[in-house]
Amino acid sequence: MAGLSLVFYIGLVVATAVGIVAVSRFLGGKPLTAAKDTPYECGMPPVEMDNAVFPVRFYKTALLFVVFDVEIVFLFLWALVVRDLGWFGLVEIGVFIAILMAAFLFAWWKGDLRWE
Amino acid sequence: MKAEIGLVWRLLEVILFFAVIMGLVAYMTLMERRFLGFFQVRMGPNRVGPQGLLQPIADGIKLLFKEDLTVSHARRFYFTLAPIISLVAILACFAAIPMSGRFHVADLSLALLYIMAFSSLGVYGVLLGGWSSGNKYSLLGGLRGAAQMVSYEIPLALALVGVVVLSGSLSMTEIVQAQEGRWFILRQPLGFLIFLTAVSAETGRTPFDLVECENELVAGYQTEYSSMKFGLFYMAEYAHVLLASCLATHLYLGGWNGPLLPPLAWFGIKSFLVFFFFIWVRATFPRLRYDQLMSLSWKALMPLALANLLITAALVVYPPFG
Repeated sequence: MAGLSLVFYIGLVVATAVGIVAVSRFLGGKPLTAAKDTPYECGMPPVEMDNAVFPVRFYKTALLFVVFDVEIVFLFLWALVVRDLGWFGLVEIGVFIAILMAAFLFAWWKGDLRWE
Repeated sequence: MKAEIGLVWRLLEVILFFAVIMGLVAYMTLMERRFLGFFQVRMGPNRVGPQGLLQPIADGIKLLFKEDLTVSHARRFYFTLAPIISLVAILACFAAIPMSGRFHVADLSLALLYIMAFSSLGVYGVLLGGWSSGNKYSLLGGLRGAAQMVSYEIPLALALVGVVVLSGSLSMTEIVQAQEGRWFILRQPLGFLIFLTAVSAETGRTPFDLVECENELVAGYQTEYSSMKFGLFYMAEYAHVLLASCLATHLYLGGWNGPLLPPLAWFGIKSFLVFFFFIWVRATFPRLRYDQLMSLSWKALMPLALANLLITAALVVYPPFG
């Protein structure tokens, strides 16, 4: 029952989002002038730019994020059973986080967290 | 026969729940504009209907009839997909948010994990929207937005783990029940602060609105969007704020429990107060610089959240010290 209403709800959400876009395409007018077809750059004629170029810092941030996100998945499971594990769970998670922080501090020291 | 009638009622209840959420999202836009007006000593929208009460409907109809632009540089498929992903990712989260003990879509045992999973899908909407527009401002806004959301997701999730340690469960109902008598805000004051900060950054609202950042990036990843596609991004933003208010209520402020009034009323009051707090913050603080934003997340909030988590766990395991 819970699964069914969940699937029904998500279906409802998707249908609404797609429906709104479809209806507005049908109701909304088409652009009248060709100038509206160019990218908005405050009225200047657009200068060509390769869309795949971006600063490498974003990539480093993404890498760090992946590491921590995986860590958090593990922490969620640990949090559920921490009462039963007692001191063993505490020591174990302490070691886990210490190893992680060593890597994190290394990234910090190397300047991967710096944005100018 | 009885089972079928029960099923139809259940589905009608889900539709009602969805309608309530959509209505709330629409009227939150009006509430925010009115309150911002009061904060800035002006009226705000008050012309359409009594006290401007029909404004969200007028806005919706207006957006539906606007020109539906797609720039010729844009990658059409992803350009259309991005706002849909943004909205679906956030609205789907509400399936795990009960409004009271009974009024909900599904009482999931993994509610918190479900919400984390769906709300982080929202990053794809921002990133795809920025990349597919074929516009410099959009791309920069999209990248900034994605990096910001991803960075603040870590302190946010770590703060949530603190709540899980206290409740021993991922189910919203059980988390609310665990707070009877003592709200988690009293046992997790630091966690609550981290949660509020991280969640405002996730929603991209004013102290952290570098995603849009009008005076640098036009409108960030939304620059090329018009008509209802822009409307979907806008709805997604407000739905996100609503989700944040509901989460703060359930995880830290005791959920729907309270004296005298019915649970639904308490849920409404608490969520409204949290939402009002977000408006207040927006009206008060100036925008951060991007480097400040990133170092706040990685160098301050993340270590603080980890420390908060470890101390919470130690107090749970050794209650005499707590």
